[in-house]
Amino acid sequence: MMTGDETWMIGGMFAVTFGIRYLLFGLADRISLSAWLSDSLRFIPPAVLTAITVPAVLLPDGHWQLSAANPYLIAALVSLAAGIVTRNLLATIGIGLAAFFLHRLWF
Amino acid sequence: MTDSPSLRRQEFVAGMRDTLPLLLGALPFGLIYGAIAATSGLSFAATLAMSAFVFAGSSQFIAVGLVAAQTPVAIIVLTTLIVNLRHMLYSATLLPYLRHLPQRWRIALAFWLTDETFAVTVHRFQRDDASDCKHWYQLGSSVAMYLNWQLWCFVGLLLGNRIPDAQSWGLDVAMPVTFIGMIIPFVRTLPVAISVLTAGAASLLTLDMPYKLGILVAAFAGIASGLTAQRLLRARAERTA
Repeated sequence: MMTGDETWMIGGMFAVTFGIRYLLFGLADRISLSAWLSDSLRFIPPAVLTAITVPAVLLPDGHWQLSAANPYLIAALVSLAAGIVTRNLLATIGIGLAAFFLHRLWF
Repeated sequence: MTDSPSLRRQEFVAGMRDTLPLLLGALPFGLIYGAIAATSGLSFAATLAMSAFVFAGSSQFIAVGLVAAQTPVAIIVLTTLIVNLRHMLYSATLLPYLRHLPQRWRIALAFWLTDETFAVTVHRFQRDDASDCKHWYQLGSSVAMYLNWQLWCFVGLLLGNRIPDAQSWGLDVAMPVTFIGMIIPFVRTLPVAISVLTAGAASLLTLDMPYKLGILVAAFAGIASGLTAQRLLRARAERTA
């Protein structure tokens, strides 16, 4: 069973996701995006993902953990390096997870 | 100009076939989404309902991350809105090819519009042949992506629930690690790099804001700094040119 909050969340997410995907299709031929708007759209995904990831890594349980003993931070740094070197998403995830579990075994 | 049942079927199957490699690409993410959701506190039904009704991979990942951080619903919905704004770029691109279709087609193709289907379909539309059924090609790609996503999310959710006490195993690290892998390919220009660094720094400066609003404020700071950097670089390029 879903809770009330979950129903609202999924209903809301459905409404905004479908709304955006449909907006231009529905209005069809009357629209052209300004260069400024289409420029800013490209910045959104990496900015949002970063704003979520940085605190999740540096404050994994809500408290600052700025040390090598923080397995989330180590996994993040290793996966960052792996991503830059391999340019492969799955390799990045796999190497980051491996770093996390190795860190947990050793510390 | 032709429009026959056999041509429709041919386009539909071709759309599915050309999406095949992307189905494999989406597979691990479906699994990871299901597994992370199992550890985030989202219920079994809600995890599946989100895949069925929202059907937007990155938004689903972000929503699960926000649920785990106990973010209020309104902020999750607002973040989803912002994350999905890029779909406007896709529909703007496809618009000229779809504007002659009836509303029921536009509704269906809009609901199923993803990064992957866009990437595959835009090439089909731009190919210069007389087929009147290219929207069937997009439908084939869409349906393949949708069924594939539902299947692997479900399997991931089962696996995530199988592993006892998955949270304490640290499976929640899959979320930041996946996001890092998703961020890197975006960072190809100086303005995007500035945008990402600003968003990261701002996310740490806004930690005390209520309702996780800091995530949105930080994202906006990142977007604004990226746009500003881009404008300054262009202005300089014009002056030196």
